[in-house]
Amino acid sequence: MVSLLCCGPKMAACGLVLSAWGVVMLVRGLRGREGSEGPGPERIYRLYEQVSYNCFIAAGLYALLGGFSLCQTRLNKRKEYMVR
Amino acid sequence: MGSLFRSEEVCLAQLFLQSASAYSCISELGERGLLEFRDLNPKVSPFQRRFVGEVRRCEEMEKTFTFLQQELRAAGRVPEPCPESPRAPVAREALRVQEQSEQLAQELREVTQSRASLRGRLRDLRQYLHVLREGQRFTSLPAPLGSPPRPRALSEREPILDPSLHQHLERKINFVAGVIHPWRVTAFERLLWRACRGYLVASFVEMPEPMEDPATGESITWVIFLISYWGEQIGQKIRKISNCFHCQVYAYPESEASRTDVITRLHGQIQELSVTLEETEKYLAEVLDKVAQVLPTWRVQVQKMKAVYLVLNQCSFDVTKKCLIAEVWCPVQDLTQVQDALRQGSYQSGSSVECFVQRVPTSESPPTLIRTNKFTAGFQSIVDAYGVASYQEVNPAPYAIITFPFIFAIMFGDVGHGLLMFLFALWMVLYEDSPRLRQGTNEIWQTFFEGRYLILLMGAFSIYTGFIYNECFSKATAIFPSAWSVVTMANHSSWSSAYLATHPLLTLDPNVTGVFRGPYPFGIDPIWSLATNHLNFLNSFKMKMSVVLGIVHMGFGVILGVFNHVHFQQRHRLVLEFLPEMIFLLALFGYLVFLIFYKWIKFSAADSLVAPSILIHFIDMFLFTSNAENLPLYPGQVPVQMVLVVLALASVPVLLLGTPLYQWCRQRGLTVGAVPVQPLTVGEQEPLLEGQEAGNSVNTTTEDVESGGHSPDAKHSDFAEIFMHQAIHTIEYCLGCVSNTASYLRLWALSLAHAQLSEVLWTMVMRNGFVGLSYVGGVVLVPVFAAFAVLTVAILLVMEGLSAFLHALRLHWVEFQNKFYVGAGYKLCPFAFAPDTWE
Repeated sequence: MVSLLCCGPKMAACGLVLSAWGVVMLVRGLRGREGSEGPGPERIYRLYEQVSYNCFIAAGLYALLGGFSLCQTRLNKRKEYMVR
Repeated sequence: MGSLFRSEEVCLAQLFLQSASAYSCISELGERGLLEFRDLNPKVSPFQRRFVGEVRRCEEMEKTFTFLQQELRAAGRVPEPCPESPRAPVAREALRVQEQSEQLAQELREVTQSRASLRGRLRDLRQYLHVLREGQRFTSLPAPLGSPPRPRALSEREPILDPSLHQHLERKINFVAGVIHPWRVTAFERLLWRACRGYLVASFVEMPEPMEDPATGESITWVIFLISYWGEQIGQKIRKISNCFHCQVYAYPESEASRTDVITRLHGQIQELSVTLEETEKYLAEVLDKVAQVLPTWRVQVQKMKAVYLVLNQCSFDVTKKCLIAEVWCPVQDLTQVQDALRQGSYQSGSSVECFVQRVPTSESPPTLIRTNKFTAGFQSIVDAYGVASYQEVNPAPYAIITFPFIFAIMFGDVGHGLLMFLFALWMVLYEDSPRLRQGTNEIWQTFFEGRYLILLMGAFSIYTGFIYNECFSKATAIFPSAWSVVTMANHSSWSSAYLATHPLLTLDPNVTGVFRGPYPFGIDPIWSLATNHLNFLNSFKMKMSVVLGIVHMGFGVILGVFNHVHFQQRHRLVLEFLPEMIFLLALFGYLVFLIFYKWIKFSAADSLVAPSILIHFIDMFLFTSNAENLPLYPGQVPVQMVLVVLALASVPVLLLGTPLYQWCRQRGLTVGAVPVQPLTVGEQEPLLEGQEAGNSVNTTTEDVESGGHSPDAKHSDFAEIFMHQAIHTIEYCLGCVSNTASYLRLWALSLAHAQLSEVLWTMVMRNGFVGLSYVGGVVLVPVFAAFAVLTVAILLVMEGLSAFLHALRLHWVEFQNKFYVGAGYKLCPFAFAPDTWE
């Protein structure tokens, strides 16, 4: 169990905040792209779709990172309690 | 309840304390923290004061406590802060505390000493045991001359140390055994070899377990040496050498039997000693427990006692009435509480005569007291950082609660950044009671934490201005559909594909019907973020907005001065200062605001080619010229402007000479007239004259407070001073109006800088993350976003936030407050027992 605890409490908190922000912003970017109207040609449409997919993937990765940071934070807290 | 509007009324009071109950009364007052005591014996040195003996006793007790605390810390215990705060002890209790603390200190000293000596003895015994054991290995080997395990003997080829063989040679072998520091081994060997060559055999072996060095306390693996020699003189040499090297030498019994005997005896001794040492350690732990339990309370008690005696030293002793007299600054509201506290104190000390408080008139300017709660404390502190309000002056803090975050937000307007700031402050506010946040030792963190309500409001207002500027991480959000229609323009101009291919920039002309469908409901139209002449439009808007806001802010500052004039009974200043100031400000800059709004309303896109320039009109107004190409905004503009300029210029001499002349006439009326007019008390002239009259304290004779008996000469020099002061004030105000209005343009400058930085960060960092067009781009986006986030926080939130904070603060301190604020007061610091700081 100890080997799972690789980063300290502060880093875990940073990771958590970063992931939360990332998920929110990138999902917003996804929604923004999808909702854009465009009288332009189809190429632009496809580009926008691609970008929105990328945003979605990145958001997913950040969600994973967020989960990881959450685990680390919890383990850190448990370690603090155990020492006392 | 209006205490935030201006500072509270504070009066000078005298406390008459009976000698018996003085201590408990002061202790009671200290618990409540209401009054500020004044030093009535300023010329007396600390060694000659009345209660110097008690203070010295407290200091001695504190020395004992420091010793106890050091011992606690050496044993690795962390002293906890005192849970509840005990009261200052009476004399009996204090004596008991002193005795007990000294007793504990004595016990602790004795126990640590005995423990140290026991440990030393144990170490000695252990070393001896090891020496014997290792030595046995050498001396009880059978006949073969094979080298013993791990010897460092230089003399292998020398005569062996086997005693059996040596018996043949009929020479007596003697031994020197001991322990030496490992660093000295080589030098020792060499010296032995040189001094006693050939007549000794030395072997060294390391001790199996490390032991403590008595001098330094660190753990060292000692080296045991066993030297066998023959001849008395060699023996003496060896002993002298080992003395020089600070070796511990032990008696090495020769025969096998005596050796085993000694070993068993040593075992027994070590056993006993370990048991005794354990008992000692247990006892020491008990003593330390006891100390840890009582030390925090004692500390707080003695601190309070010392504080009370220091205050008592400041009182003066009245021999005739046999009581102590203390002079205090007391808020008028709290006089009843003070009386109550005195009554309690007298009751507690069991004296029959009560102490009482009496208000005393004074001409000195009292300290300023403004009661704040945790929300307003932040704003009050940024106002106080510039200068504490003079007594009963209007306090700018309640307005700063709204104007400061608003002006900050104008320079910081971005929804995303504002939201981040708001969430950060919200976290701090929601968890403000958690001890982890409260006890942060980092000073920068403490500064942020103290200002959490400031940051909360700043973030909230920034979200609002972000919606107005329509910027969220430099991207515009189209909450409502844009008012500009590209389709209509395209249809009207019939843009063909060829046209589009050759012209990268397309113009949307608002004069074409249907292209511009009316103003955007809230904020700036999102289409502007796509336009290349975005800044042209925004600069004009922001500059005008800054000027308008600046003039409104300054006008508000001038109006606040009215409250000061009315409160200090200086109604002449309403007519002679406030009126000219307002006329000057409004005639010139109020008119500018009017021109701005008029042009926004009256002129539209249809007559944009002939729209007049406000700047040129404003310049012409001052120079009394006109420009043929610049059409007037409204008919009759030129005469109106001339009237306004004349009005403004006329108000300057009124401002310059009005108040001094009025004062002079009044003084002349005083000296010439038969019946002297009741002069205004000096306290009311406070904003003009900085000096203070002699106070009405106990040590001076009672004299007239309203000192109207000034000689004409003194009045003359006073008049010159008044005139000088007024001239400076006039020049400062008139020139300041112009320069301060221009100074408000920093609102535009900083908001532009923020918007541009934000855009740069987006285009340079984030947009590169969208470049990858395959699904790999999704993975690349992760580190790119991390970099974007870190840079946003570091540059845009921290750096820009601090910068906007600083400029908003400057606008408040200089441009706003120099219209009405004097800020020459001092704070009321009540005598209260500070919470214990545990170092």
